[in-house]
Amino acid sequence: MAARLQGRRYSKSLLQKLSELNLLIVVVVIMIAVVGFALLYSVAGGAADPWAKKQVIRFVIGMFGMVVIAVIDIRVWMFLAYPFYFLSLMLLVIVSVMGQTGMGATRWINLGFMNLQPSELMKIALILALARYYHCLTKDEAGQYGRLIPPLLMIAAPVILVLMQPDLGTSLLIIAGGVAILFCGGVRLWIFIVGLMAMIPAAFFAWNFMKPYQQSRVLTFLNPERDPLGAGYHSIQAKIAVGSGGVHGKGFIQGSQSQLNFLPEKHTDFIFTVLAEEFGLMGGVGLLGLYIILLAYALIICMGVRSQFGRLLSFGMAVTFFLYMFINVAMNLGMVPVVGVPLPLVSYGGSAMLTLLVGIGFVLCAAIHRDTTISRGGAFA
Amino acid sequence: MVTASDDQKYKLFTRRAGLISGGMLILTSGLLGRLYYLQVIGQNQYKLLADKNRISLRLLAPERGKILDRNGHDLAINRTDYRVNIIPEEADNVEETLEALKAILPISERQRRRILKAVKRQRAFLPVTVAENLDWATFARVNINIPDLPGIQPDMGITRYYPEKDLLAHIVGYVSSVNEQEIGEDPLLELPGFKIGKNGMERILDQRLRGKAGNSRVEVNVMGRMIRELSRNDSVSGDTLNLTIDRDIQKFTADRVRDESAAVVVMDVHSGEILSLTSTPAFDPNDFNLGISQKKYDALLNDARKPLTNKAVQGEYPPGSTFKMIVALAALEAGVIDDQEKIFCNSRYEIGNTTKHCWKREGHGHVAMVEAIAASCDVYFYEIAGRVGIDKIHDMAARFGLGRKFGIDIPGERNGLNPSKGWKLANRGARWQGGDTANVGIGQGDVLVTPLQLCVMTSRLVNGGRAVTPKILFPEKGSSLELPEKISYQQKNMDIILQGMAAVVNRPFGVAYALRETEKGLSFGGKTGSAQVRRITKSERDVRVRKNEEKPWIERDHALFVGYGPLENPRYAVSVIVEHGGGGATKAAPIAKDVLGYIFAKEQETPSKKILASAGKMHGSHGEDI
Repeated sequence: MAARLQGRRYSKSLLQKLSELNLLIVVVVIMIAVVGFALLYSVAGGAADPWAKKQVIRFVIGMFGMVVIAVIDIRVWMFLAYPFYFLSLMLLVIVSVMGQTGMGATRWINLGFMNLQPSELMKIALILALARYYHCLTKDEAGQYGRLIPPLLMIAAPVILVLMQPDLGTSLLIIAGGVAILFCGGVRLWIFIVGLMAMIPAAFFAWNFMKPYQQSRVLTFLNPERDPLGAGYHSIQAKIAVGSGGVHGKGFIQGSQSQLNFLPEKHTDFIFTVLAEEFGLMGGVGLLGLYIILLAYALIICMGVRSQFGRLLSFGMAVTFFLYMFINVAMNLGMVPVVGVPLPLVSYGGSAMLTLLVGIGFVLCAAIHRDTTISRGGAFA
Repeated sequence: MVTASDDQKYKLFTRRAGLISGGMLILTSGLLGRLYYLQVIGQNQYKLLADKNRISLRLLAPERGKILDRNGHDLAINRTDYRVNIIPEEADNVEETLEALKAILPISERQRRRILKAVKRQRAFLPVTVAENLDWATFARVNINIPDLPGIQPDMGITRYYPEKDLLAHIVGYVSSVNEQEIGEDPLLELPGFKIGKNGMERILDQRLRGKAGNSRVEVNVMGRMIRELSRNDSVSGDTLNLTIDRDIQKFTADRVRDESAAVVVMDVHSGEILSLTSTPAFDPNDFNLGISQKKYDALLNDARKPLTNKAVQGEYPPGSTFKMIVALAALEAGVIDDQEKIFCNSRYEIGNTTKHCWKREGHGHVAMVEAIAASCDVYFYEIAGRVGIDKIHDMAARFGLGRKFGIDIPGERNGLNPSKGWKLANRGARWQGGDTANVGIGQGDVLVTPLQLCVMTSRLVNGGRAVTPKILFPEKGSSLELPEKISYQQKNMDIILQGMAAVVNRPFGVAYALRETEKGLSFGGKTGSAQVRRITKSERDVRVRKNEEKPWIERDHALFVGYGPLENPRYAVSVIVEHGGGGATKAAPIAKDVLGYIFAKEQETPSKKILASAGKMHGSHGEDI
């Protein structure tokens, strides 16, 4: 028994690992991405340029990265978790300093072939770091209040930097991802209850710190008709697009709202409305179904992972993926204010696509290495 | 390997991850529910909103109906207006393009600034007008140079044009931009650049001329740019109006009285078709189309000769002696006089305690009816008017069309005034006096007529007694032509009147004998009139009655003439009023003679023209009445 375990633990070849890649997840990811390609083709008026072709290339690169991440030993990732976190934090600081010193208020670093957003990296890095932190604690230790301080700081540092950019959507995603790990890592339940209640005064506090355009977005969300040609315009036009799609949709490249440019940001944040308009309820439910399958499978996988690090890591990635999907779709359907969150694997954009594929790579990695046990010390046991 | 702590951690993880998963499931259901709400329950509402976004209904302006004369000559048409626009998004540099265009057509600095301002304000794909009303040569040069003029778009619009300028200004009227009060239920009126009739026929027949708007449903994008046409209902052009006016006669008449403040009406005595209706001075309706300058408009308003008034239907004048046929016929019909009885004129006529005078200071001596008409003896008519009484004169005047409107399709038509005892009591609060009747007897006093009424009166006198009404438009096809009703009188009495009217021109004692037929084919008769504008005072009469030429223009008598021709089988009636023109015989009658002469000459030249055809047809149909 032990020998077999031992054998599994150490002698998995690259080919073996590749064969253990969860095919269902890979297929669903490709299906979702294909939906994205089709929609980008449609919003360009039936052309591969300027979006669909680039998106395919990025996806292929991303898929490659995903597989690489999946086959690398999970203990290597655990080992790299903290350095990776600090690297991401440094990049965030650099970006905000650059923004502060007037060298252009950018959120990204130009890598030549793509623009890297450190805030995207941070979403991954924070989950890695927190997973490692809680991996190394016993259940009792995880419940101690003193042990809560480092992870809170780990969350707070990037959130403050991202808020300074200012990027409300990303900071909310970072907080939500981090809190999910804390919750599953064993932090006491009542702290979350207190935290939830504390959000009410915090909301007031935050309101005063919000930029006018952010305040306007919240107000407009609560009543889009407040400013139908200004801030409420996006929300109203998106709802019209979705609603007018009906059950069967208007047909591929036939959506009047998207083809005639009534939809804002139709190739990025509001791409779901294009789907809902052109393919109707069928299309919308279909894509949501793919997401549900992907997430459900990811959740099943993390339940079966032996190491706490692998569990928390894959769960954190799944939650992050869900948050992207939920916030974006809810925003497209006029359920939450307009925040800059893309639709996972569908919206045009390199950084988000990479982040999400990397995230799924970690889920697959946890799946391949589900039986690997890692000591609390973190070393190769 | 698997410690108790690990096991505990695993259990906790599973519990809490399950909790979160449940939360995610609930949230996802929320998304699905929302999707169902928007796309199934709300789909119709949102489809409507999407269509409202996407579909724009554009009006297609109908072509305004043309106005033609009886021979098909253009009186009001739609002319192509050559314009040059610039589409900013197609120009690399608007200023450079304008600079290049300057080589072809002049662009003032002010225009340039206006264009650049409009370019900045409008959306880049909407054209901005650079120049309009270009002549063909300039327009052609712009077209040839298009490759060197990026963004320039030659364009053709439609403007209303009156090729005869001021010739028919009062009848045809003009069109102009819609003002805010006029915007009603017809959405056409809100179309930029749309013009509606503001005067004349253009105004009162605007609905017929306007036509019906078409529309085009087009798909537009968020910027309002048209993507494609979805459906189209073409517009329906307005009706073409065929006037009874003969452009050539109108032109001759207008030229003949161009320097006067005058009105001339020429009519077919059988059909009532108006061949010419002139009022001078006039104005150029083309000025009003594009917006007249305040200075020009003020000049028209302040002109004492009132160019904006259509004197032929709006001017009310005392008929003077032209009224005498009515009085004479009333007296003959009543049997209070016959054609043999002579009345002595010593130029004075006593009524009550006032003395009335004849225009001829030495008096006419003994005159009978025919000579009294021809020589226009006032004393004779004081006497017979007194004998017959105002009631019968009023009645006879009414039968011949005085004192009421005819409802002709020209705006502003006035009633004139056919006075009666009842009228005086109601309006002046006084009883009718013998002196009033005497005044009416010579067409002075309260009686007022319009030149149109005089022309109708003359027609009815000479056409065999048919109560024709004036027409300016040919009846629409299909409407039946009814013979006007007969005016009742004894033919022998009318013959006496007609003898008198013929004698005015053709007998040595006639006041217009100077105009008698000298050349073959110009036979006509009529009646002169000189209407006092200002009463001649007793003191003035004691010294000396001033001649007209000695008075200031505004105090001179109006010169009138009603005429008809030819003498045998009369076909045309003419009425002429020259405001403050002096004597009817010297001023107005020659105009009538020239106009009739022109018409006869025109008939000779073009015997097949409609003018003959329609007149001959009407003539033949009831020739036995004459």
